Amino acid sequence: MDYQFEFALVLRSLPVLLRGLVVTIQLWVPSILLGLAGGFLLALARLSDRAWLRLPGLLYIELFRDTPVLIQLIWFFYALPILIGAELSPFAAALLGLALNTSAYAAEIFRGGIQSIGKGQWEGARALGMRRGQILRRVILPQVFKRMLPAFTNRAIEVAKMSSLASVLSVHELMYQGRLLSSTYYRPLEILTTVAFIYFVLIYPGTWLSARIEKSLAAKA
Amino acid sequence: MTDAILRVTGLHKSFGDHHVLKGIDFSVAAAERVAIIGGSGSGKSTFLRCLNFMELPSLGTVALDGREIGRPAGGDGARYYPEAELCAVRERVGMVFQQFNLFPHMTVLDNVMEGLVTVKGMKRAAARERAAAELEKVGLGAKFDAYPGRLSGGQQQRVAIARALAMEPEILLFDEPTSSLDPELVGEVLRVIRQLADEGRTMLLVTHELGFAYHFATKVIFLADGVFHEVGTPDEVLKQPRQERTRAFLARYTEFGF
Ligand SMILES: Nc1ncnc2c1ncn2[C@@H]1O[C@H](COP(=O)(O)OP(=O)(O)O)[C@@H](O)[C@H]1O
Ligand SMILES: [Mg+2]
Repeated sequence: MDYQFEFALVLRSLPVLLRGLVVTIQLWVPSILLGLAGGFLLALARLSDRAWLRLPGLLYIELFRDTPVLIQLIWFFYALPILIGAELSPFAAALLGLALNTSAYAAEIFRGGIQSIGKGQWEGARALGMRRGQILRRVILPQVFKRMLPAFTNRAIEVAKMSSLASVLSVHELMYQGRLLSSTYYRPLEILTTVAFIYFVLIYPGTWLSARIEKSLAAKA
Repeated sequence: MTDAILRVTGLHKSFGDHHVLKGIDFSVAAAERVAIIGGSGSGKSTFLRCLNFMELPSLGTVALDGREIGRPAGGDGARYYPEAELCAVRERVGMVFQQFNLFPHMTVLDNVMEGLVTVKGMKRAAARERAAAELEKVGLGAKFDAYPGRLSGGQQQRVAIARALAMEPEILLFDEPTSSLDPELVGEVLRVIRQLADEGRTMLLVTHELGFAYHFATKVIFLADGVFHEVGTPDEVLKQPRQERTRAFLARYTEFGF
């Protein structure tokens, strides 16, 4: 093994890769936020006692969880425009795909959290005359939020990694820039190692925080 | 009786094809105290829970002050119950559960304030004052800032009673309020309930404490096979039951008497 690792190339690529990182973050953060909001509504639909809300919710969640994300992203870019007759930019298609995919997973986290609260809490609140929405907001969600935090952190980590799939739609995010540079210079080892390192620096604080939260929750229980 | 606060007519309740309540007619007047006894699984809880619509009746009507709750839906006696109307009923018909059902993430004081603030729309300061007064009344003036998990079962149940009382209900439903308590904690809860009786409150109590039922109730109901098998004064039902079934039920309580 007398491979010469070219650090100079790493340094030269850094500005481009960091521009990619910015786009990755622009995909990541909104997908998480939109996914959480959408997931919450989906969870409510899934838990509704009305079949016309529950069944579409179930179908949506299973469709997104049981098909490859890559196909979902490509589908939003190539297939959806044919159906709705309007172009989506690669970035918009990727964001839409990631956000909708995240909402399906977030919905299951919310649902699990809400269902983890014993029905006695609902009963106690209902007997006071509280409405369903009030019970969720005042009694159920404050208790499940802490329990759901680790699951949401894990999901956020998954989404950060998943966002690299947007490179196949030529969204100029981190992975795309990395692939471009490594084929330009024929130095995949340097470039892709650097790309992986940047992902690691982006994601590791999340896993660290998640572990900390889990530990402190376990200590309190 | 025209002075019934609450009147039940032709009440049936089924879970799937399990027919639990089979046509019950019943009414409560102000200051009446009704004890409901019966075997496990006979439908006592289900009956009580139909009165504040924790369970929706399959058939029949529940009327408060002569006004039937819900409205007919379809021709076969089924009714539609809007959430807002049921919430209004539950404000007037309070309930205390066997398992207390307190909110574990709220302090004792916040538990009692919750309904006042979210349901009655009271200002927090006023709600706090009312909640504090109710807690004093059940002997928990020193526990405002404790969390339910730190309290004994008896204390938790007294918080639950204070929480129900704070809403100023016209009728209080107790579903086996002492059944999940250690024997030495039963007394403190029963004393609170007796105090409410002395105040002339209208109450329904499902219980296995027959001695307490005897002293507490103005009327005793023996529920069996989904109907009121025997109804009468405590003396009539508990001391001189006319029905064989009632006698057999009561006999099981005296089997190991001493
Ligand atoms: N939510 C429910 N779903 C299905 N069956 C129920 C439900 N609640 C009660 N039951 C059934 O109805 C019967 C009466 O229950 P319940 O009213 O709790 O009896 P009790 O309070 O007298 O012990 C039981 O057979 C019970 O299994
Ligand atoms: Mg019961």
